[in-house]
Amino acid sequence: MPVFDLATTPLRDLNQALHGVAAGANDTAFEVLNPRGQHAVAVGIDGPVTVTVRGSVGYYCAGMNDGGIVTVQGSAGPGVAQNMMAGTVVIEGDASQYAGATGRGGLLVIKGNAASRCGISMKGIDIVVHGSIGHMSAFMGQSGSLVVLGDAGEALGDSLYEAKLFVRGSVKSLGADCIEKPMRPEHLEHLALLLDRAGVTDARPEEFRRYGSARQLYSFNIDNADAY
Amino acid sequence: MTYQNPPMPPRKSATFDDHTMAEIRRAAATGIYDIRGGGTKRKLPHLDDLLFLGASMSRYPLEGYRETCGTGVTLGTRFAKKPIALKIPITIAGMSFGSLSANAKEALGRGATLAGTSTTTGDGGMTDEERGHSEILVYQYLPSRYGMNPRDLRRADAIEVVVGQGAKPGGGGMLLGQKISDRVAAMRDLPKGIDQRSACRHPDWTGPDDLKIKIGELREITDWEKPIYVKVGGARPYYDTALAVKAGADVVVLDGMQGGTAATQDVFIEHVGQPTLACIRPAVQALQDLGLHRTVQLVISGGIRSGADVAKAIALGADAVSIGTAALVAIGDNDPAYEEEYRKLGSTAGAYDDWHEGRDPAGITTQDPELMARLDPVRAGRRLANYLKVMTLEAQTIARACGHNHLHNLEPEDLVALTLEAAAMARVPLAGTDWYPGKAGF
Repeated sequence: MPVFDLATTPLRDLNQALHGVAAGANDTAFEVLNPRGQHAVAVGIDGPVTVTVRGSVGYYCAGMNDGGIVTVQGSAGPGVAQNMMAGTVVIEGDASQYAGATGRGGLLVIKGNAASRCGISMKGIDIVVHGSIGHMSAFMGQSGSLVVLGDAGEALGDSLYEAKLFVRGSVKSLGADCIEKPMRPEHLEHLALLLDRAGVTDARPEEFRRYGSARQLYSFNIDNADAY
Repeated sequence: MTYQNPPMPPRKSATFDDHTMAEIRRAAATGIYDIRGGGTKRKLPHLDDLLFLGASMSRYPLEGYRETCGTGVTLGTRFAKKPIALKIPITIAGMSFGSLSANAKEALGRGATLAGTSTTTGDGGMTDEERGHSEILVYQYLPSRYGMNPRDLRRADAIEVVVGQGAKPGGGGMLLGQKISDRVAAMRDLPKGIDQRSACRHPDWTGPDDLKIKIGELREITDWEKPIYVKVGGARPYYDTALAVKAGADVVVLDGMQGGTAATQDVFIEHVGQPTLACIRPAVQALQDLGLHRTVQLVISGGIRSGADVAKAIALGADAVSIGTAALVAIGDNDPAYEEEYRKLGSTAGAYDDWHEGRDPAGITTQDPELMARLDPVRAGRRLANYLKVMTLEAQTIARACGHNHLHNLEPEDLVALTLEAAAMARVPLAGTDWYPGKAGF
């Protein structure tokens, strides 16, 4: 198992090694020591590698991940797993703002809380937060699912397109054009699958409420001027 | 006795002119602001207000056709492992697939490649046609991140982080439902047919300190190979340039308010931002103050139309220029050959700007398959290449006349201004004087 101690090894070496893993390689499990809040740890992974980061990271950890499995045994700074394409990213602590921003695929699991704008502009990623999320989460969310076992802050799902939002706790307020929607059997089934993929065993789909787009802002309408 | 006015021609108000009154009526009738494409239509101080002095007793000209005048420029020499070498200092600006047809994007790629320069993606992501026909392709990193993916990031030749554009500094993209076809919708992960409004701020960074970290991430993802540009609209050019440099840009792209857009509010196009002419010198000053002029390259865009404009922008300190609207005209936009159809759309060739409606008779700003088919990308690409070559020859002609063996040897001292405004903005003397407004000692 390749081990990179970022206290003594440049970050560049780690990312270059991750990008250099050939298809079909055997040695695909990486360990990262002493990240000490460094930015851009394990970014641009483009294959099925496994990375275990022992400590907390700064901005954009696992950014643009495309197939890797990244576990952070600590907390993550802003933009963790931004624009993820595929794979899994697990944050065992808390995540700062913009977690999973613009993600197009894969699964992001945050075992603590996530700050504001979690899932902003999400485009297909699935995000499961064990704790609570901050304000303006899923802003302009286009597709994918955001599952929150705790509470959601103000203006959840503002200007939402077709992302699906599931919250077990309270929602401080909904953003423009975001409404509560009925939980139908297909949603319960979808949510059960997500909870299972994220390893959640202490929550049942029936405990959640579903939120989505009212689709009132999809087309320009002069009577909606106060919402634009 | 009654007084009668003698016959007088009717007098219209300068404040309430025909266009102003027509716009008031349009607003009253529809209840919504005017949305259109293109750049500002008002008259502004511009590069036309400058003149070259040419050689004389104190300067030797170079012989045209015999003595060479270099035109090449390399972009991205600051940090990137693989800077971009262009044969000419004129690039094709970012325009999206979605706002433009696939044939138009292909034509831009073909034309740029024939001329030895780069073209640029836009808000809709990168298409295979565009990549395939563009030898040098710059991939825009926009707030919307539509279609953004690491594969395209790596197969690009440079990355342009878009903070703003001249037509609408502070505004996001706009693509109305008529142009959201199945393919456009799929590339953007959006429902078909909606009125799409892109974000105006990036979703995962705020301000230059964050941008520095974001650029660091992009460099790590691409193994420090790609030049990274930062594009800003003409708002606060001195500080915008300085902050882009601080954030780690290899290249600053500065787009003045004559720069075009696929669609936005007319009030935004006409009333926000600064003219291109007013932006160049402050940006160059910022680079000079930082000791990085010519190390961080400056690309100027917004109303560049001719080799004279190219030469003037470079003389003021730019390393290269970029064209958008002019490139579209070269491939057929607003062609009088379609006059009858423009009239049916309530416009005329030369004025057609309803690019957002997707009914472009020239097949450029549309996703309608029948209209798109009117544009032959091979022929249109050839036309663009011709135009780029003419601009380059024109710029060389001027540079030789000023005694320079490379376009980059042009300098502000080669220029004078025709108006006080242009003298103040370009910081070159008013013609016939050795003074410009703001110059110390007067």
